[in-house]
Amino acid sequence: MDSNRLELLDVSKSFSGVPVLKNVSVVVKRGEVHALLGENGAGKSTLIKILSGAYRKDSGKSIIDGREVNIRDPFEGKRNGIGVVYQEFTLANDLTVAENIFLDQLSEKGFIHWRSINRKAVGIIKDLGFEINPKSLVGELSVANKQIVEIAKALTVQAKILVLDEPTTVLAPGEVKDLFKVIKKIKERGTSIIYISHRLPEIFEIADNITVLKDGEIVGTRSVQEVDMDQLINMMIGRSISNLFPEKEYHNGELVCEVKEYTRKGIIEDISFSVRKGEILGFAGLVGSGRSEVMRALFGADMIDKGTLFLEGRKTTIDNTSKALKNKIAFVPEDRKEEGAILENSVAINMTLAILKRIKNKLGFLSSSSENKYCDEMIKKFNIKTHSLQTLMENLSGGNQQKVILAKWFLTNAKLLILDEPTRGVDVGAKSEIYELIKEMAKETGIIIVSSEMMEVIGLSHRVAVMREGRISKILEKDEISEVNIMKNAVPMESVEI
Amino acid sequence: MTGRKKILIHFFVQNSTIIVFIVIFCLASFSSDVFLSNRNITNLLRQVAALSVVSFGMLLVVLTGGIDLSVGSVMAVASVTFALANATLGFFPSLFLTLLVCLVMGMFSGFMVAKMNMAPFIATLAMMIIGRGVALNAANGSPIQIKDPILTLLGRGYIGAIPVPVFAAFVTFVLLYIMLHYTAPGRIVIAVGSNEKAVNLTGIKVDRYKMLVYSLSGVLAGMGGVLTTSRTSVGSPILAEAFELDAIAAVVIGGASLAGGKGRILNTLFGVVILGTISNIMNLKDIPGYNQLVVKGLIIVIAVYLQGIQLSDLAWIKKITRILKSN
Ligand SMILES: Nc1ncnc2c1ncn2[C@@H]1O[C@H](COP(=O)(O)OP(=O)(O)OP(=O)(O)O)[C@@H](O)[C@H]1O
Ligand SMILES: [Mg+2]
Repeated sequence: MDSNRLELLDVSKSFSGVPVLKNVSVVVKRGEVHALLGENGAGKSTLIKILSGAYRKDSGKSIIDGREVNIRDPFEGKRNGIGVVYQEFTLANDLTVAENIFLDQLSEKGFIHWRSINRKAVGIIKDLGFEINPKSLVGELSVANKQIVEIAKALTVQAKILVLDEPTTVLAPGEVKDLFKVIKKIKERGTSIIYISHRLPEIFEIADNITVLKDGEIVGTRSVQEVDMDQLINMMIGRSISNLFPEKEYHNGELVCEVKEYTRKGIIEDISFSVRKGEILGFAGLVGSGRSEVMRALFGADMIDKGTLFLEGRKTTIDNTSKALKNKIAFVPEDRKEEGAILENSVAINMTLAILKRIKNKLGFLSSSSENKYCDEMIKKFNIKTHSLQTLMENLSGGNQQKVILAKWFLTNAKLLILDEPTRGVDVGAKSEIYELIKEMAKETGIIIVSSEMMEVIGLSHRVAVMREGRISKILEKDEISEVNIMKNAVPMESVEI
Repeated sequence: MTGRKKILIHFFVQNSTIIVFIVIFCLASFSSDVFLSNRNITNLLRQVAALSVVSFGMLLVVLTGGIDLSVGSVMAVASVTFALANATLGFFPSLFLTLLVCLVMGMFSGFMVAKMNMAPFIATLAMMIIGRGVALNAANGSPIQIKDPILTLLGRGYIGAIPVPVFAAFVTFVLLYIMLHYTAPGRIVIAVGSNEKAVNLTGIKVDRYKMLVYSLSGVLAGMGGVLTTSRTSVGSPILAEAFELDAIAAVVIGGASLAGGKGRILNTLFGVVILGTISNIMNLKDIPGYNQLVVKGLIIVIAVYLQGIQLSDLAWIKKITRILKSN
């Protein structure tokens, strides 16, 4: 038997006449981690969906273990040993963790043996190095835990090929390490792994071979040893990036907002900080340390039990989101799928939802010319890949969806801009563009950035608030900002003492 | 398949409501000579005027991901209220009072959904039962004669060649079309149905827009009630029983998704006309009422099936064409 697990040969696919994949061929060996790289919209997820049967290819061949297979739907994909963790969540929020993991098996059997299913679920999750109660509802889990459940679900099939489409975007550094351990374990069983990510350092850590896609075509396949970061970036975006992060500039503007002793019982405690105009305040911490919760409280999406807020020196109460917007606070939520994008609607509708007042004409009608003007400008500025303004959000690649949402908030001219994971799932080229834009914006506003990508917080922030278990454990200034200092203040007390 | 062919099929799938309408309309014209006569078409339009107005309200609610089961009862309340008010007041004050009562009913449904967090199905089911009870109680369980020349004019009169109810429905259509396509509230209503959380985090008061659609649905149902009443000049507490089902059918035939966020008012209008045409042609052909129900149900199935078709499902059409060609 030869060592090729999967061969995709001359695969092509177009959506309503627009080609997305053009004669793509990839060979994945037995027991290797094969990374798939490319810009947002390059066609990575589409290729994966063709492999798994979620989409049908227009032409081409799939060969698994030397035999040509014709996978027409995800069920057949599974039967052929293909487990996929899609970029988008595919979990049912109203079912428990265990039910979700065994969802496909549930439908095959008449009776459900709850105890054994719960036990098996615990086993799988433990193998992954995590602990989640199998009986809790998925809807109540954090995004990171949802991702774990998603991976556990893909592992219930005897997978010959496990596909992970941007699995780490929602994980914190420590959790990524755990995931990599799991990947190595799975790989030793002879399972091949196709790994998609925009985080290049990860690729060098985990991948054996790398294939780069650009505009639906293969640029090339290399082994990790023979390329470096710059070459990869060059293959992906056709140019090199010297500095991912722009030079920091310190302005000392007037106070935009001052938060005092924000408390939401059992979730966040005694949160105090301030942001000046022209300043970028970073929030670091482990997943579950309460960063996102602070932001939601600040934006009025969650109620606080105690605390005061001063906006430009004036005491202000913000107890619902429309008050926040009125006070010129904007919030880009972390969970794009569930809280950010309106997937069934067009790019234009998504982009202008927060500024409908501005595109109204004197009679109160929405003016499509001024709408188009704003949207076109943003599409150019953010380099968004979309067929037209009327394209539905759900037909955009993940990274481009994120850019549309950022554009929506950039349009609001907010005084305080809260960005929760602003570059999640965005490719390197676009990342550097977005960083540049954030820096531009910071001249006019105060900005708060929450990110689990440590380099992002370090590279952009003027000050960094580190959170631990619902409290701010330290606010780092200028030279204090470093990976070591952040980690030291982020990990739980007990483990520091050990 | 070439790109252009795909786009063509895409177009047909997108506009399947209109195509179903054209097919039914052609079938109807061929099967009866009376169908295309001026009188019959005018009559058909007059018959569907009330349903269209009520269905527009239903569409607004459905767009937000809700449903309004109370429209039939609201129509009955409108009918009775108008009859009672008209005994002492003139036409316009009675009309105003009637619409006000219906507005309040709609607002209350909206309040239950938006503020009390009740499921729309249950909130409006309660309103449906309450409304019917109120109507029966107010009318003492029996129909009320109305003697108002303006009401008669509303029911039977014409503006130019157009019957007044048809005119009223058309004006409503245009206003709501503009609202849905060209104003901020229209856009927000659609967005709420697609992703409520995202809209809320955009800083928009989702509650308000929910209240708005139920209130509008109430007023439009009231209007539908008055239009229906005008045809007989009788205020009836048992008016429009199960009318909500027709309105939902029209909206669904028009391609709206009951999950919210998807639906166009032009297609709802066609949905209404499809239902009207079917009843009309079957009446002309003397098909008994029971069978009419069966046909109506089947049409809903076909129309909705056509909307759900994906391009990949059309492989069998290709196969059939190939077989036909080879013969
Ligand atoms: N169902 C669809 N209908 C129409 N166009 C689509 C559809 N799915 C994807 N596309 C288009 O295909 C192209 C490739 O998308 P894909 O999701 O494969 O990109 P990707 O490489 O995974 O990007 P990302 O890194 O942002 O996730 C994009 O231009 C996207 O707009
Ligand atoms: Mg993707």
